[in-house]
Amino acid sequence: MIVAQPKPIKEILDMVKDFKKILVVGCKGCVTVCNVGGAKEVGILAASLRIARKRSGQEIQVDEHTLERQCDPEYIEELKDIIGNYDAVVSIACGVGPQFLSERYPNVRVFPGVNTQFMGGAVEHGVWSERCAGCGTCVVHYFGGLCPIARCSKSLLNGPCGGSSHGKCEISKDVECIWDTIVRKMTEQGRLNELLEFRPPKSWTTARDGGPRKMIREELVK
Amino acid sequence: MSEYKAESNLEKVLRSGQFAFTGECGPPQGANVEHLREKARHLKGCVDAVNVTDNQTAVVRMSSWAASLILIQEGIEPNFQMVCRDRNRLAIQSDILGVYSLGIRNMLCLSGDHQKFGNHPEAKNVFDIDSMQLIHTVKTMRDDGKFLNGQDVDVPPRLFIGAACNPFAEPFDFRVYRLAKKIAAGADFIQTQCIYNMDKFREFMKRAVDMGLHEKCYILAGVTPMKSVGMALYMAKQVPGMDVPDSLIQRLRGAGKGKVAEEGIKFALEQIEEFKAMEGVAGVHLMAIEWEHRVPEIAERAGMLPRPAV
Amino acid sequence: MNDFKPRIIAFCCANCASSAANVAEGMKKALPDNVKIIQVPCTGRIEILHLLKPFEEGADGVYVAGCQEDSCQYINGIAKAAKRVAHVQKMLEELDIEPDRIRLFHLSAGKGQEYVEAAFEMVDKIKALGPFLPA
Repeated sequence: MIVAQPKPIKEILDMVKDFKKILVVGCKGCVTVCNVGGAKEVGILAASLRIARKRSGQEIQVDEHTLERQCDPEYIEELKDIIGNYDAVVSIACGVGPQFLSERYPNVRVFPGVNTQFMGGAVEHGVWSERCAGCGTCVVHYFGGLCPIARCSKSLLNGPCGGSSHGKCEISKDVECIWDTIVRKMTEQGRLNELLEFRPPKSWTTARDGGPRKMIREELVK
Repeated sequence: MSEYKAESNLEKVLRSGQFAFTGECGPPQGANVEHLREKARHLKGCVDAVNVTDNQTAVVRMSSWAASLILIQEGIEPNFQMVCRDRNRLAIQSDILGVYSLGIRNMLCLSGDHQKFGNHPEAKNVFDIDSMQLIHTVKTMRDDGKFLNGQDVDVPPRLFIGAACNPFAEPFDFRVYRLAKKIAAGADFIQTQCIYNMDKFREFMKRAVDMGLHEKCYILAGVTPMKSVGMALYMAKQVPGMDVPDSLIQRLRGAGKGKVAEEGIKFALEQIEEFKAMEGVAGVHLMAIEWEHRVPEIAERAGMLPRPAV
Repeated sequence: MNDFKPRIIAFCCANCASSAANVAEGMKKALPDNVKIIQVPCTGRIEILHLLKPFEEGADGVYVAGCQEDSCQYINGIAKAAKRVAHVQKMLEELDIEPDRIRLFHLSAGKGQEYVEAAFEMVDKIKALGPFLPA
């Protein structure tokens, strides 16, 4: 899923400081799963905004709405009749949400309420970890099913580097050295020879480096 | 290894079978050329070539290529270094051509410390290619006369290719294989991370020799004299991939006040003696950073002087 | 001495906190009259939003009274509540609001005295902090 982190409340308050009628819009997709942008979090953010404004003696009306997803026009369309009632919208979906909202409702001020970070999964309850950097050319099978592009701090394809220590990355004891894991796993599997193969420089054309990307299913396009 | 790859002084010393001795000099955090020249002059005549670091620990310093040129002006042979952290393949190939054109003949290919360690942690990290691929790139340009995209290089750069090796990082068992991989990719010479755990290094060299790696590539053992107990503790605890045995720390502690630096040098000299006789070790790389003025004395006491004229 | 009468909401669990309340009643010890009790089956059921709502509605202080860590009938209800209260304290801080306006008390089933003391402690604390909303 796409994992995001809530923006600091002060930053959001600053974004909406000139507005009196605000709609907070959540999403039942990824951000619900990582407890950052679902209906519950919409309620919490709305309450926080009201509390902050009340405390500083200012008026504010904060309404709440959660869409099935903010990455499909059919759901964005649901707001058509109510969005005109607001000066500003705070979307707590991933970075896709505020953009789809802005495109569909160009006269509304849309603000992002979260900082979108990575594609990953839950490693334990309450903890999500990065797994995929969206490089566009997946070769995790070369590395025992693990991705060094996303999980090595230097994206090495011929790792590990000399900073790997006790299974941890040189940048932090909290970061696993994925190359240590790859080497151990593949050695155990008797696949050391595969690690001795030279991996040539990666083509980054399919990654974001190559420019903004599109994916088209021809058979579905009308 | 029948004809010279680059005809650098370092290559000639190693090819002649003599024990090589290289040093290190960090460029300034500014344009203080005078200070750089001063530091470098201590090393002149004491070593066969001098490593010139590239934004080491991700701290911005004068570029390695520029500092290397200044060393050439001083009559010293540089080991130009390039890390993969700061440049993409265009800049890398471009700089390879540039440095060769200006007289640089040795090039060390490194990954580079992550920018988090340095003074510009907000920078984007590049790592378009890794150190293994960088070694391969230089080799391809030199021996095949081709760029990474297969196009011809009009005058191929002749550089003596170096790489780093850390026998103490983990997983330990894999390290000798990674060394083999770097040699297969094109490394002509290797400098190891500074060694303190002699037992572990002996074990590592044994494996390297068993695999015949010393016949394909010149391996130089890294030595950094400990200046103080504080330095030993710092390296033991704060530097990733560093292995400092307790016995050494105790030895330094036991030396007594004011005598620790001398003890550190004594240990380094003992190491150098052993390396001279150790199978597979073709030389020593002395990293006496910001202690360049002590290098002539260390070189003398280690029996490294005079350096061979080749 | 100011004459500010703080409005305080107290979430009390149906086990330890309520049993302590009964004991207090039996001892004829009364709570201060500006504390409103909301009984919940277990403090573990209290969500962050429940803790924010009183402030939104102008309460001056909120507290949660539940079991000791090792005597929660639902095993980890009180532990969850403690984490949520801590989270709301952090949220208040980020809004430049005194985090002491929300607190958690661990009570024991038979301790009527403690139950009442917790309430008075909170009232005193909030009196010192002043009203939540500006005059």
